[in-house]
Amino acid sequence: MSELQYDVTIIGGGVTGAAVARELSRYQLKTCLVERAEDVCSGTSKANSAIVHAGYDAAVGSVKARFNVEGNRIMGELSRDLDFAFRRNGSLVLCFAEADRPALQALYERGVANGVPDLKIISGDEVRAMEPNVTDEVVAALYAPTGGIVCPFGLTIALAENACDNGVEFRFLTEVTDIKKIEGGYELAVRDQAAITTRYVVNAAGVYADVFHNMVCGDKIHIVPRKGDYCLLDQEAGKHVDKTIFQLPGKYGKGILVAPTIHGNLLIGPTAADIDDKEGTYTTAAELAEATKKSAISVKNIPYRQVITSFSGLRAHETHDEFIIGESADGFFDAAGIESPGLSSAPAIGIYLAELIAEKAGAEKKADFIATRKGIPHVSAMSREERAALIKERPDYGTIVCRCENVSEGEIVDSIRRTLGARSLDGIKRRVRQGMGRCQAGFCTPRTMEILCRETGIPMEKICKNQPGSEMITGEA
Amino acid sequence: MEVRNLICIGCPLGCPVTVTMEGEDIQVTGNTCPRGADYARKEVLSPTRIVTSSIRVNDGVIARVSVKTKNDIPKSKIFEVMDEIRNTRVDAPVTMGQVLISDCAGTGVEIIATKSVERV
Amino acid sequence: MTHHDIVIIGGGPAGLSAAAAARKAGIQDILILERDGVLGGILNQCIHNGFGLHTFKEELTGPEYAARYIAMVEEEKIPYKLNTIVADISRDREVTYINKKEGLVTIQAGAVILAMGCRERPRGALNTPGYRPAGIYSAGTAQRLMNIEGYCVGKEVVILGSGDIGLIMARRMTLEGAKVKVVAELMPYSGGLKRNIVQCLDDYGIPLKLSHTIINIEGKERLTGITLAEVDANRNPIPGTEEHYSCDTLLLSVGLIPENELSKGAGVSMNRVTSGPNVDDRLETEAEGIYACGNVLHVHDLVDFVSQEAALAGENAAAYVKNGKAASTGRRVPLMAENGVRYTVPQVLNVDTMQDTVTVRFRVADVYKDRYIAVYYDDKLISRKKKKVLAPGEMEQVVLKKSSFADYPEIGRIKICTEVE
Repeated sequence: MSELQYDVTIIGGGVTGAAVARELSRYQLKTCLVERAEDVCSGTSKANSAIVHAGYDAAVGSVKARFNVEGNRIMGELSRDLDFAFRRNGSLVLCFAEADRPALQALYERGVANGVPDLKIISGDEVRAMEPNVTDEVVAALYAPTGGIVCPFGLTIALAENACDNGVEFRFLTEVTDIKKIEGGYELAVRDQAAITTRYVVNAAGVYADVFHNMVCGDKIHIVPRKGDYCLLDQEAGKHVDKTIFQLPGKYGKGILVAPTIHGNLLIGPTAADIDDKEGTYTTAAELAEATKKSAISVKNIPYRQVITSFSGLRAHETHDEFIIGESADGFFDAAGIESPGLSSAPAIGIYLAELIAEKAGAEKKADFIATRKGIPHVSAMSREERAALIKERPDYGTIVCRCENVSEGEIVDSIRRTLGARSLDGIKRRVRQGMGRCQAGFCTPRTMEILCRETGIPMEKICKNQPGSEMITGEA
Repeated sequence: MEVRNLICIGCPLGCPVTVTMEGEDIQVTGNTCPRGADYARKEVLSPTRIVTSSIRVNDGVIARVSVKTKNDIPKSKIFEVMDEIRNTRVDAPVTMGQVLISDCAGTGVEIIATKSVERV
Repeated sequence: MTHHDIVIIGGGPAGLSAAAAARKAGIQDILILERDGVLGGILNQCIHNGFGLHTFKEELTGPEYAARYIAMVEEEKIPYKLNTIVADISRDREVTYINKKEGLVTIQAGAVILAMGCRERPRGALNTPGYRPAGIYSAGTAQRLMNIEGYCVGKEVVILGSGDIGLIMARRMTLEGAKVKVVAELMPYSGGLKRNIVQCLDDYGIPLKLSHTIINIEGKERLTGITLAEVDANRNPIPGTEEHYSCDTLLLSVGLIPENELSKGAGVSMNRVTSGPNVDDRLETEAEGIYACGNVLHVHDLVDFVSQEAALAGENAAAYVKNGKAASTGRRVPLMAENGVRYTVPQVLNVDTMQDTVTVRFRVADVYKDRYIAVYYDDKLISRKKKKVLAPGEMEQVVLKKSSFADYPEIGRIKICTEVE
């Protein structure tokens, strides 16, 4: 019997897979993360509300509640260790009618039972004093100061880079098509590549987690892609609210949030539509209109004309409305059904599963684990002196490529050269924000393509927006 | 008698021009300048165009030099002219006005550079 | 801090013309700051002809027109910095720029001329539903990739927007072997010059669908198709009119927006309609010593008018540097754009200190046939000129004479409007 290639193989390079990888990398385990796209953070992790929920939403005693509250608790320290953008801006769940006060109270009590700190119910006037743009109809709100906003790309990429720096192997454009139990572990069939053999599997495959779970486990799970459409507004609208504004799930259904993003834009959404297509990341006119219309219930005078883009993300909703985390079959570990509050929970899920796996494997911790990671400097946010010094050392930090977001050539080069460097335009975008501004990459695309071509040797005709198939040009004219 | 309504493309004004043709006799009305009349006559008898494109440059500071047909060419020859342009390579340096193709696609018209490109 | 008499932000046609005029007016210490690696601005990628008929009485291509002004700058030895982007302009005219060689530098300008041009409105601003695949380009980005870098962005093309850039790219892509299937335009009229409809669409049999828009985008990695629909008078899609086009490329020519981040940073007041700064007849913004010209002030159709406007800005900036702020400017009278006139540039006239004539440029709100352009001083009709056709895509002008204000000592406002018979 030949030796298995890896101790652990993680299927899925989203925030959950990256978190598990990072935590596993503390141990002396040969770990591999396989991702079917060309980069981490290519699925749900790149298209969500970017909220670190306080933890009052999930049912008391649920797995969701447990990991949400824990993830929220550790996010601050993690953001310092791994250098990604995170801020506790606080959230408000708005109540629009006196008749709904009991529901607000119930939410408060649920939060307290879940262990959410510093929750309180405040009056409509107190809300408006905090957030002048909240609508006049608001009678009360649940205020959660520990609620936060995060850069979902920053978080995922930071976890992945740190995992890689600590020895986890990342294999991109690697699509698992089948899982078979073999002696001592599992064999993963891979499209157009040799199969992978591994002792343990971590299923962090997002909307496809049910497919992999059901290949291995007797009990079947069912993940429904729950599509959410969002509108993103210009940074000029970014201060319209400061807290994350939620609506009390009441007669308006699940509700739309209005929130600043960590980079200073305003985000509106998501809608919720259960679809069949696991690749259905399309927005629809009806849903965008719905997001816009519902947002006006919570916040007034939103400058909708300042929309700069809209997008759609698929939540991996398991029909039992719960995270499935743990060893579901011998050596097969699930992190499935990771919908909201998935982003918030991921770091805690990573710790939990890694410990579980390490214990099962009897693995020792590494003595030389690198616990911190330094991100790419955002040059335009630095002081004059720091910036001047940096440009002296690296002149390419002195050439601005992305005018809208003030991103220098040096940062783009960094995003390509560092651990798990970008190999696509979207990869660069998620690392340094090039192309995320109001002109939506209209100005910087030709220059960024040139830089990517120059740095990687990828010919221009093969430069992709993301995966192969998304080539930017057809060839020379 | 044939009547054709055209938009003169001689300048950005785009005057609507009417051409009335009776056998050999051509009358032009609606033009606001003499060039308009010339254009209209030409357009009905033997339409021509200026073609602008770009040619690949070897060892230049940029990859392509913009070019134009020095004079207008028959409309029917546009794609042939484009084919010859596409299959041409020039070496830097290129000077604005330089003739890059002498008789393009048998039209007798030169292709000239419309910008200068320095050598790398 | 290093001081320069006149600092010009942008070395495109506006900046170049302003520089030449300022030098001609006697200012030596001029500095042009340009973010690209060459002077010429957007003209470098506008390789088609149609430029210069007014200025040079010749029809030139974009690069040839730019070359004329670059030659003036070189001949006059006007200093410029390339690959240099301006990060900030303060109201007191401290200009901070960045480049590789010098890092971050702040200089003091005697006068600043804003000539940053404009950018393109992207798909995101339209909120067009569907996927977000590769293959969607604003027309100018595709133009740059094709004309400067030499790459073809796609083979089967749909174009949204019949402004000049969209029309020009329809022809350009066709000439390079792509199939342009349709040009769709939201409005019931085309935004571009009529000549371009002829030589870019009609010549190649490319259909133009007015009152249409794109309601869906397909293709996850690369574009595979779009759905067009007709729109009603309120520009809403009409159910039942959907038409599907397979394509791998979508070019957007859906609006140009003056690039005024720096202007706003300087605290200059902005005009809601033009998205450019408010200026007076000297093209001075509301911040003393800061002038604006070209597409950053309002989007132009013809570069010849950009050059004219910029020359005026250059002359006035020069006068400011030489003479300082005028002790009194006399009466400042606002220009009101009404009844079919969307905006005027300038927005304010110094009727006592203006030049003998001032060209007021404006655009109309819709296509009008057989209307008059009327000028009123308060309620008094001053002039009326009949125009067969007026269109939003074609900038118009009226010339106001200084002498005409002598009889109106109490004038409160000037109105420019359209009138029917």
